[in-house]
Amino acid sequence: MDYIIQFIFSFFATASLCVIFNAPTRVIPYCGLVGALGWIIFYTTMELKMPEVTAYFLGAFVVAICAQGFARKLKTPMIVFIVSGIIPLVPGGLAYNTMRYFVEQNYALGLEMGIRAFLISGAFAMGIVFSEVIFQLFVHFVKNGITSMQSFDRNKRGQ
Amino acid sequence: MIYNEQKDDLALDCLLLAGQIMMESGAETYRVEDTMIRMAHSQNLDAQSYVTPTGIILTLGKQQKTKIISIASRITDLHKIAKVNNISRKLTLKIITLEEAYDELRLIQKTNYFLPFYLQIFMAAVSSACFLILFKGTYFDMPAAFVAGGAGYSALLFIQKLTKVKFFSEFFASFIIALSAFCAVYFGYGLEIDKIIIGAVMPLVPGVLITNAVRDMIAGHLTAGIAKGTEALLTAFSIGSGVAVVLVFI
Repeated sequence: MDYIIQFIFSFFATASLCVIFNAPTRVIPYCGLVGALGWIIFYTTMELKMPEVTAYFLGAFVVAICAQGFARKLKTPMIVFIVSGIIPLVPGGLAYNTMRYFVEQNYALGLEMGIRAFLISGAFAMGIVFSEVIFQLFVHFVKNGITSMQSFDRNKRGQ
Repeated sequence: MIYNEQKDDLALDCLLLAGQIMMESGAETYRVEDTMIRMAHSQNLDAQSYVTPTGIILTLGKQQKTKIISIASRITDLHKIAKVNNISRKLTLKIITLEEAYDELRLIQKTNYFLPFYLQIFMAAVSSACFLILFKGTYFDMPAAFVAGGAGYSALLFIQKLTKVKFFSEFFASFIIALSAFCAVYFGYGLEIDKIIIGAVMPLVPGVLITNAVRDMIAGHLTAGIAKGTEALLTAFSIGSGVAVVLVFI
């Protein structure tokens, strides 16, 4: 039951953020779905008492995988899905606590929170990168066609 | 020969316009470069480009002209990115000609695709209330987060229109959010001020900048990645200081 509530709220949170970022109207439900799936993976990992860095990594990984799938299917740039999907995973609470402890002149705790937020951003970045590379490799093996990962490779571009 | 020169001029303008619209709407740097090069190849032109978040340099070859365009402001407008992407796809598949593409790009540049302000503010308020639940807040706090998020976002839009200084409007918006959260708790309409503030601040978080900074870095655009990362950091800092101003007095 808890998971269903989390899913519904993350769906609406992401979908309404899409309106603020002005995503094309027809893809807004898919954006919501991407955000909700990423959040559910993150939430489950946290409930299983795994380290938070792992949870953020897995969440970002799933978000990027789903975003690429939808980007291919709906012929819309991947950024539309990934931007809104990633927002729930931004460590806003940690950043807030960092700032709050600094304001209260509790510098040791503030630094701890800051370092945690920093590590999480690293996990975040690696999640996006890994999923992108793995997805492209997967598509390459399945289709053996031209993948958009080659657009990362400046030498092969446009051939 | 004269015809060719005109065509090259048109192509240069068209490519730069596409790049400018995408960059101003907050696309990734490597995507902007990729789109411009793809469009150039579809017209049998050999283009080279250098894209940064503040300007684009594009040349069509050794013997050809080079043009620079500067990018003053960057907002998030995913609709425009999708539109330009669509035009570039059509041009590459030769569904439309260069002239048609240029006209359509001009139209896209002029049009405002944003939804009306009241809808944006309402959506910001809804997402604030939803984020409160995601961050383990209580249902009792939802109206407070709703109002705080809406007030914060309308402050952002208003100050942005008034001053055009992005960091100041973010500072002021988070100040309003913290103030309304404090008032809600003070008058008994909310329980946890921390959760309300975190939920209501989420619509202001620079998610686009963070994602783009990371993805540009992977693609090898280190300059653009660092520039965007700095912008994200400054945004986070202005949001944090806006909240801190209120927290100091509690």
